Amino acid sequence: MAEPIYSRLIAARIRGQMSYRLSFVLDCFAQFIAQATELVVILVLFNRVTALGGFSVNEVLLMYGLASMAFGLADLVAGQLDTLPTLIRDGSFDVLLLRPLATLPQLMASDVQLRRFGRVFAGLATLVYALARADIAWSPWTALLVVVTPLAGTVIFAAVWVIACAVCFWLIEGRELANMVTYGSSTFTSYPITVYGPWLRRLMAFVVPGAFVAYFPALALLDRPDPLGAPAWLGWIAPLVAAAAAVVAVFTWQFAVRHYRGTGS
Amino acid sequence: MFAGLATNVVFGLLRSAVLVAAVQAATGDSIGDYDIAATITYVWLGQGLLTFVGVWGDVSLSERIRSGDVVVDLYRPWNLQAALMAGDIGRAGYTALSRLVPPIAVGALFFPFRWPSWQTLPWFAVSAVLAVFVSFGMRFLINSTAFWLLDNRGVLSVYAISGGLLCGLVIPLSFFPDWARTLLWWTPFPAILQSPIDVFLEHGSTWSVLGHQALWAVLLFLFGRWVFSRAVRKVVVQGG
Repeated sequence: MAEPIYSRLIAARIRGQMSYRLSFVLDCFAQFIAQATELVVILVLFNRVTALGGFSVNEVLLMYGLASMAFGLADLVAGQLDTLPTLIRDGSFDVLLLRPLATLPQLMASDVQLRRFGRVFAGLATLVYALARADIAWSPWTALLVVVTPLAGTVIFAAVWVIACAVCFWLIEGRELANMVTYGSSTFTSYPITVYGPWLRRLMAFVVPGAFVAYFPALALLDRPDPLGAPAWLGWIAPLVAAAAAVVAVFTWQFAVRHYRGTGS
Repeated sequence: MFAGLATNVVFGLLRSAVLVAAVQAATGDSIGDYDIAATITYVWLGQGLLTFVGVWGDVSLSERIRSGDVVVDLYRPWNLQAALMAGDIGRAGYTALSRLVPPIAVGALFFPFRWPSWQTLPWFAVSAVLAVFVSFGMRFLINSTAFWLLDNRGVLSVYAISGGLLCGLVIPLSFFPDWARTLLWWTPFPAILQSPIDVFLEHGSTWSVLGHQALWAVLLFLFGRWVFSRAVRKVVVQGG
């Protein structure tokens, strides 16, 4: 019953954005550049060194490609949640509660920004380049892993986004804090976790399951043992981690919405 | 404010981890004139300075041009450019306490931090203030494009995105290949962030760094004045 409503809402959004063609193309391009500046950073660093955290330039590019595709897709699906603090503050969240639909899908469908595909393309291009240059033993399983990993990563990032934004129900003005977690985990996952200190690594790899977005799957693809000694099967369970993260995110959201009170303006 | 500060610190941790890993991987544990302590100092200074100088740009003037409110600003008996600059210095003064000092304190307390000799510190302050002038000059010009484009959000976002890389916030400019570094030092971008950091770390001659900044501050102010004098003749108020 609800499906036609969402597909119509999203289709209307897309038509709206496409009506200003030049503006849309420029916005896409800006997103592409945003993602590409991080690529420049990696290339400049490897201009000076041959390995980062024990990984070569191709291996780091593989992780970066996986991570930025996942982040781009998650931004497309869940980036709209960044408007939540404003909605809570000015009371317009009440409108969402009045409608006979779940609040989370309503918010996600509210402002799908197609320009965010710019980021996804930058990630995809890097991923294809790195896959072509890396030494991978191709089999149906590794091929499946390449396809599934960015999707699992998308779910993980989206779950992180939902949980970080759910905190705004209590903090009211929590946007910067939420961005710290979302954009922070994007930066974190673009590099091998071996470059981080033990505390940061544990926090960002396992509490926020960022290491399953790119690092562990990349190790499995490259058939490399983890220099930190983690078991090899961790590279194959990203979809399970993603499913668990999604469940936690949905429960956190429902808990947060149940405790919502208008700011009473 | 606290949330912004926490964000600053977390990104400082992430950035210093990546850069220190790179420096440790290089031969002789240093890249150019950056050893581990200098790299960590660079990261925390950058995290503090980025809001102080306003690396990402601001949109207030563009918004006022688009909405037409700029007309109110124009018929006040003041020079709008000078008035906005005064406002920006006030903003910087407040962020000096709230956003500049805390990340530097975190870096200095918990990490191997390189303090310069005490004679350098006043020059760092001078350089940081000059950086605000240069940054203001750039932001004023970028915002003024709204007089011609009306919708200049594309320009603003390209500036916000590329500024961090070009001014040396993301990686030190001396990590870049020689040609890119030479090219960048011909632009005002390094004067916004890399210059005060260079002064603090005592990299290169302080006088030439400060001279480069002062030159760009003056040039950008004069250019902004000229652009603005042309722009006010273009003003068309939208709506009633």
